[in-house]
Amino acid sequence: MSWFTKVKKPLEAIALRKRIPEGVWRKCESCKEIIYSIELERNFNVCSKCGHHHRISAESRIKLLIDENTFKEEDEGLVPVDPLKFRDSRKYKDRISDAQKKTGNKEAIIAGSGLIENRPVEIAAFNFDFMGGSMGSVVGEKVTRTFERALSNKRPAIVVSCSGGARMQEGLFSLMQMAKTAAAVGRLSKAGLPYISVLVDPVTGGVTASFAMLGDIIVAEPGALICFAGPRVIEQTIGKKLPEGFQRSEFLLQHGFVDIVVNRLELKSTIALLLDHMCGQIVCPLPEPEQDEEAEAGPEEQAL
Amino acid sequence: MAVNYLDFEEPIVDLEAKIDELRELSGKDGVDFTSEIKKLHRKVNRLRKDTFSKLTPWQRTRLARHQLRPYALDYINHMTTGFVELHGDRLFGDGVSIVGGFARFEGQSVMVIGQQKGRDLKERSFRNFGMAHPEGYRKAVRLMKLAEKFNRPIITLLDTPGAYPGVGAEERGQSEAIARSMMEMAVLRVPVICVVIGEGGSGGALALGVGNRMLMMENAVYSVITPEGCAAILWKSCDKLEEASEALRLTARDLLGFGLIDEIVKEPLGGAHRDPVATASILRRAIRRNLEHFRDLSPEAIVSHREKKFREMGVFA
Ligand SMILES: [Zn+2]
Repeated sequence: MSWFTKVKKPLEAIALRKRIPEGVWRKCESCKEIIYSIELERNFNVCSKCGHHHRISAESRIKLLIDENTFKEEDEGLVPVDPLKFRDSRKYKDRISDAQKKTGNKEAIIAGSGLIENRPVEIAAFNFDFMGGSMGSVVGEKVTRTFERALSNKRPAIVVSCSGGARMQEGLFSLMQMAKTAAAVGRLSKAGLPYISVLVDPVTGGVTASFAMLGDIIVAEPGALICFAGPRVIEQTIGKKLPEGFQRSEFLLQHGFVDIVVNRLELKSTIALLLDHMCGQIVCPLPEPEQDEEAEAGPEEQAL
Repeated sequence: MAVNYLDFEEPIVDLEAKIDELRELSGKDGVDFTSEIKKLHRKVNRLRKDTFSKLTPWQRTRLARHQLRPYALDYINHMTTGFVELHGDRLFGDGVSIVGGFARFEGQSVMVIGQQKGRDLKERSFRNFGMAHPEGYRKAVRLMKLAEKFNRPIITLLDTPGAYPGVGAEERGQSEAIARSMMEMAVLRVPVICVVIGEGGSGGALALGVGNRMLMMENAVYSVITPEGCAAILWKSCDKLEEASEALRLTARDLLGFGLIDEIVKEPLGGAHRDPVATASILRRAIRRNLEHFRDLSPEAIVSHREKKFREMGVFA
């Protein structure tokens, strides 16, 4: 019987695929199960069968984390330029306009303010579909301004990083965004304001090696690739295959570089709780000052 | 004799060999080649000037990686006295691809920190080809804070293909080490002068590059990615190195034009390795001049100068 149940599932899947038009269903990248697109979307692209976290857009990320109708986008007008007049097989300018058409975004990041369970925050979220979420001048500037708005509005900053690293086509301008953003984190930190860095699959290179690793608290989604050098580069360098799970969230947790690994569906409530711990109103009553105790005890003593 | 030369230097090296040959013959059997030698000397000088005035970015990259080029410790030896190398990140190890310590520079104590490549096979492997592990960056941060505590200026010498991409480096937080180094450098209350002396390899170099001034040797390169890496990713080909290095705009002159560096330090004709002592002396004067600029500034002014400098980096519309 067991072999029958095993083959039954794919048959069902094929039947399902035949019955409903493409676009209505999607195959999980991990367990390969066929899932209704609507169901997957409702679940913010987390597979209900195996829990695999599929990538989501910056817009969905904002929808996931920010209370409905409270997001106010900032700096949406910042657009990339081409200081190097860079061209490989294609012009950088063409790659930009393709990415803009494909994503409907002007750059690889969306930034703004909003509420997380009624707590005001400044937030920025990467869009990996825009040139691999790479960081050029605009991304670096928007991240920096997110920290600066947090500083001037006295609010926490949240950055959800999902990026292939510095954008080659802007050369050293891109590299310098690492220093610019890292310095901005330092200024925010000095002012005593919290910064939660959220790492989602994948975060590599110049983004990991700057603001993404500098959060007061670093939260990662399960199974995300988080690294400086990508696995392929390392394999080439050392001439060996890397073990399963190397550079994934759980690996970083084990090695002390991530505070907590959180399922996407619990991300918002976790962030809200952390914000409360770091800067919420103190609700637990503190022991009353000693003077008062003495004052209360005073009359009794006199009575004695 | 000269085994370490690049292909575009070959005609120069050939001519020099010929001069040597004539010199040896000259005087023997009463033959005099003096005028021939003089002529060849002029020719070799013209050729060198010509070759080095129109180096392609890829040729310059290879010059920046030249095996005979002065490395950090060479500059430290030639520019300073009383260098005391200090070791260790106090957490895990030494990180020997980065060297640092107190030294006397132009009459004052400074902290000098450099990314160190190795010359022979043994030292190259000891220094891990100048590719630092996280310990190197954490040691550097420790030394920079030490300098800050005792109010000593900091000089950093950048020369690395990049931070090491390896298993241990990832396990011990290469990204975190680089990120923290940049963040800490940004707020150092003493002047920081950075110099790209050879290869400014991406984040691994920038980790020590958040200074008040960024100087670059004439034949050094500084790039977001190596031409090899860029060619492999964007051209999907290992032999588009000329194209990739051209596109990346990684030469000192390009970067000065973009305002991303502050000054180009001249090298002797043919490159720093032609005369390391003279090169070090040119660099020493350049660093002194730049340090003098910050002598009378308050710690707050020094920090805000540096913060402003990096805040303004980037172009967009
Ligand atoms: Zn699944």
